[in-house]
Amino acid sequence: MKWGRFIAFLLMAAVIIGGTAGSVTNLWKSVPLGLDLQGGFDLLYKIEPLPGQQITASGKQALLQAVNNRVNNLGTASPIIDLEGTNQIRVQLAGAFDQSNARKVIGETAQLQIYSSAKIDKKTGQVTGPAGTLLATGNDLKSNAHWVQDPNTGENEVAISFKQASKWENITKQFYQKPIYVFLNGKLLTDPVIQEKMYTGDSVISGPTLNSVQACNQLAYSLNAGALPYNLSLESQQSVGPSLGQASLKATLWAGLAAIVLIFIFMIVMYRLAGLIADLALVAYGYVTVAVFDGMHVVLTLSGLAALVLGIGMAVDANIITYERIKDEIRNGRSLRSAVKIGNKNALRTILDSNATTFIAGAVMYWFGQGDIRGFAVALMISIIVSLLTAVVLSRILLLTFTNSNVVRRPWWYGVGKGVLKKDEAKV
Amino acid sequence: MKPKFDIIRLSKWFFLLSSAITVAGIIVFATLGFNLGTDFKAGSRVQITFAKPVDQTKVTQMFNSIGLHVDNTALTVGGVQRNVAIVRFPEIISGAQQDKLEQQAEVSYFGKKLPTAVQTVDPFVAAQTARKAVYSVLIAAAFIVVYIAIRFEFRFAIAGIVALLHDAFIVLAAFALLRREVDLTFIAAILTIVGYSINDTIVIFDRIRENLKIVKPKDIDTLKQLVNRSLWQTMSRSINTVITVLIAAIILYFFGGVSIRNFTFALIIGLVSGAYSSIFIASPLWVVWRGRSLKGGKGKSSTKTEPV
Repeated sequence: MKWGRFIAFLLMAAVIIGGTAGSVTNLWKSVPLGLDLQGGFDLLYKIEPLPGQQITASGKQALLQAVNNRVNNLGTASPIIDLEGTNQIRVQLAGAFDQSNARKVIGETAQLQIYSSAKIDKKTGQVTGPAGTLLATGNDLKSNAHWVQDPNTGENEVAISFKQASKWENITKQFYQKPIYVFLNGKLLTDPVIQEKMYTGDSVISGPTLNSVQACNQLAYSLNAGALPYNLSLESQQSVGPSLGQASLKATLWAGLAAIVLIFIFMIVMYRLAGLIADLALVAYGYVTVAVFDGMHVVLTLSGLAALVLGIGMAVDANIITYERIKDEIRNGRSLRSAVKIGNKNALRTILDSNATTFIAGAVMYWFGQGDIRGFAVALMISIIVSLLTAVVLSRILLLTFTNSNVVRRPWWYGVGKGVLKKDEAKV
Repeated sequence: MKPKFDIIRLSKWFFLLSSAITVAGIIVFATLGFNLGTDFKAGSRVQITFAKPVDQTKVTQMFNSIGLHVDNTALTVGGVQRNVAIVRFPEIISGAQQDKLEQQAEVSYFGKKLPTAVQTVDPFVAAQTARKAVYSVLIAAAFIVVYIAIRFEFRFAIAGIVALLHDAFIVLAAFALLRREVDLTFIAAILTIVGYSINDTIVIFDRIRENLKIVKPKDIDTLKQLVNRSLWQTMSRSINTVITVLIAAIILYFFGGVSIRNFTFALIIGLVSGAYSSIFIASPLWVVWRGRSLKGGKGKSSTKTEPV
């Protein structure tokens, strides 16, 4: 027995178990969870240009920026906003928030238009749409709109200022003592009568719908974020209530844990001490994979969790392939130590080939998939790489160190059956 | 090591079995079609989780109250405690309707807001998703063929791909037969099975390749013996691996979240089929093909039965 090797082995085992046990809960908490696990929604919009307008790359970037600004105003954690295909934009928001408000804020354009006159329904006297000339739009405003309160009446208002003070000055001159019509997204917001000429370009807008601080803030945000360069139409959406996500996560986590414990027991029963070493490597696999998810900011979804568990299967497979090879070599009459060495060597190529093919499947899923499938593919590819490192490299180092320490000599400890064992013990 | 029984000699029967399943699958596709989820069929899908088993009439009434008509076949009940209602609508539910459902209807019919998931898909997106899914399976298969052809040989690649398409097909047939919903996670499952099945096949092919280096078979019988031996040499690995992965899949199926149930169900069928096809279809198929160039190969292996 070589104490040095054995102590080295014990040290490695202690580092793996201690390191994992010490930080796994913190690590787990910092992995961002997908919306199916913590609730949230996934919106896919089609980008629709106005008639005669073309979708351009720079226009799409501007759109992305505008949507980004709007989403940031919602204050949800880690939103994901991506252009997809040639004319789609996907917004994913996780967590608990007011979903119907969010849908409104993101999708609705804040087209502010000031017209010289309006169509008026003769029967009701209601304004039905803009008419006359377009005097100014939201694009003429600086992005510093904010909520203010009229010092005299206490009414909620949105303060705006024009980029060119002269433009507002001309309008107020032209419409002095006359009404102008301010439309938001084609709906009349307010039709104030110009009371005085304004020279600074600063003004306020108010109206019956701007009756709360919240409503004013929302309009101010939308104005500041700028009008969306294109119209958006909602193509598909998926929303998950926060409590539903929590329940799924809990159930899946417990099931995953139970599966892992059973696999651990199975490996120990089948391969005894070698199985125990495989289990150690599996612990490292789980830990490193979650750490990589965390480091790469991979959002963990239910299917990602499934990929993680499948990865455990692949990591176990790598160990099984190796151990079966070792058993073959022992049956062929090799000594335990050389069987471990040769078995490892022979198994490596098989493991590499079989993992490579699965990796190819993962890469294709990544290229062609979207949403959930993409998440799954990323999780699968990470799992394969980590499993190659832990179930091949780490497991091999552990097994070789342990075997070289000569603590056990009977091949029985490596899962070799009885008949072979007797023959072999005579040789040792 | 002596083969326990001659797998290759019996391969005719396995080909026959797989062909029968394939024919049955085609009949099922033709007559029943798939139960497409909203990912592939435009419309909306609402999933509501209750504390108690679902009261179907009450759920139907609730949707009617907000102006949504529930068809007879549109409501399915799931979950271990039969407490999850999944309702499908051919139309797209508007944001306003969704708000009404979550904020008013649920409260007035069931006393509180319930955990609800809503999914709506535009017809265009649905078609696009379906197309992408089919492409990704085919492209994955093509890349895998290239890889195996480079690392092994072309014949191995084709035999392996036939086996994996066989597995994907069996899972599709099972879903069509059991009327299970085909959604995006199902596609992820099919792709996982494709990856797993080829993984399993490669391990056996690798052993055959290794044994071919030791013995160079001159006639078909030696080749058959060699493949038989390779199959039995890798048998305990094949069985142990599929057992460990099956443990995980079965536990996740019964106790994991409801939303991955389809995924794990597909995985379970695919894993069993993958292990079966790797041993009983892929290698025998290779023997038939490879054997043609050997002495005595032409007469005996004229069977052209391909399982897919």
